[in-house]
Amino acid sequence: MESSFLGINTVNFITSFLLATAVFLFMFMMGALMSWSERKQSAVLQDRIGANRASIPLPGGKKLALWGFINNLADAIKTLVKEDFKPRAYDFLMYNLAIFFAFVPATITAAVVPFAGVLKPAEFFQAWYLKWIPWLPEFFTNNLPDFSFRVQVADLNVGLLFIFAISGLNIFGAILAGWSSNNKFSMMGGMRGASQMISYEISMGISLLGLIFIYQQVDIWELVQAQRELAWGWLPKWGIFLQPFAFFLFLFAAIAENKRMPFDLPEAESEIISGYFTEYSGFKMLLFMFAEFITIAFVAVIVSTLFFGGYSVPYLMADGFHWPWGGFTQLSHATVVIMEILSFTLKVFFFCWLLQQMRWSLPRFRYDQLMKLGWKILLPLSILNLIVTIVIVALGGF
Amino acid sequence: MSYQLPDFPDMNYYDRKKRTLLDQLYVKEIGRGVWITSKHLFRNLFKWLTFRKGGVVILYPEEQRPDLSPNNRGRHVLVQRRNGSPRCVACQMCATVCPASCITIEAEESDDAIIQKRPKVFNIDISRCIFCGFCVEACPVDAIRMLPTTEKLVGYNRFKMIYDRDTLLHWNPVVNDDVVHGYNPI
Repeated sequence: MESSFLGINTVNFITSFLLATAVFLFMFMMGALMSWSERKQSAVLQDRIGANRASIPLPGGKKLALWGFINNLADAIKTLVKEDFKPRAYDFLMYNLAIFFAFVPATITAAVVPFAGVLKPAEFFQAWYLKWIPWLPEFFTNNLPDFSFRVQVADLNVGLLFIFAISGLNIFGAILAGWSSNNKFSMMGGMRGASQMISYEISMGISLLGLIFIYQQVDIWELVQAQRELAWGWLPKWGIFLQPFAFFLFLFAAIAENKRMPFDLPEAESEIISGYFTEYSGFKMLLFMFAEFITIAFVAVIVSTLFFGGYSVPYLMADGFHWPWGGFTQLSHATVVIMEILSFTLKVFFFCWLLQQMRWSLPRFRYDQLMKLGWKILLPLSILNLIVTIVIVALGGF
Repeated sequence: MSYQLPDFPDMNYYDRKKRTLLDQLYVKEIGRGVWITSKHLFRNLFKWLTFRKGGVVILYPEEQRPDLSPNNRGRHVLVQRRNGSPRCVACQMCATVCPASCITIEAEESDDAIIQKRPKVFNIDISRCIFCGFCVEACPVDAIRMLPTTEKLVGYNRFKMIYDRDTLLHWNPVVNDDVVHGYNPI
């Protein structure tokens, strides 16, 4: 692979850098979108109107409220200029470290998730609707005709384990914040959060083991590739069709892991103020909230990657649609890649919507019910699911 | 002493249904709950997208309830005499009866020897007022009334919510029954 003035390492570096930025921004924007939909979707489904007062005045007496999006901006400004209150006796190191433990794992776990298939820039920019871009098409055709990359930041062969390892770090955020705040409400919130997240992480992992047994993979790229195949020539081998039961188990465990509504005991407002981040104020509190919203988006990303075929569109191959009745629709490379990205984004949006809808529809569990559900129902059911899957795989099914 | 319930075979003494296994799985109920809220969400969303109002709430300062009762206790007004002066005789009855202590009256001597007193300051702190209407009932000379409308009872700071004498007099009513205690000034 020759390049006139750029080495292949430089090109790879630039590509990875751009991809990482894009994925980080995607997760960040999803967090912002979730904090918007936390207000607006809840309002609309309760027949209210929701946040619409924060606005930018326009000339002519109009006000730009952007359906409540300006409220996010107002939030950011407000939390930045607020007093940074700290309790009188607190553990400086742990108190500040907890924010990073809560926020960083939420943002970096999406690195191993593929957002689209293989992208060939030389071919990508040949599409008729991208040819107007001034310098890029000629650059890639002349200098890097064979260059291609996966739309995935880190192609780890232990992707799924990486996700569990990193999202397990979230627990430290809750524990450290609860312990270091020197507040009994924070302490209780932290303890609740710790025991809840550890309990549900087990059933979350075991419910996914069935998928690993079927696909014989923990590499997320390969998992998505396996889900693109067709069973009986028409049914995509998505995780939901192979492991429907595991999907529900994983979804509930993931919501509990995420400390969202039916399981939001760690921050139950009516009982323990705000749980483990009671003593955080201003931008630190915003970061905790934001980490929670990004984690919702991340649960949506994981569910759509593992159970709904990731970026794959049914019957869409690298050159176009291969319909199950034998037809074929030719599509250009750029169209295919864009459709894959759109398909992934739509799946993520759908699950974000579903998680928010469930959060605003359901009442909170009691703590003993929560523990009972985790240990006595979800865990045995996921083990049962795993055993049945193993037996079927051993007998030669799938 | 024990009380034996009569045996009514058709009666249930509590209306608690026995939960089946499907109910205990909780998934069906989640589905029902999400279905109900989704119906509301998409119905309202469709209304918003077709430029109609999708909520049942009222955007207060811009919109008013269309179905306010004529008896509604809304904003306060001070009744004028024919010459435009307030009918109030600064007797402090309303300020005394006000449960929210939102009325402040300072009296001064009136030009008219029979009326004796008139308010120099008559402030109602609308942000504290609970709209109970006791001031209207307490007034011996029918000097304070409440309109059914609730327009513009808003302000960006709390000092703008204090309505003074001139604001309360500003509604320019046409009053014909201006006879107080058998005395009709001008």
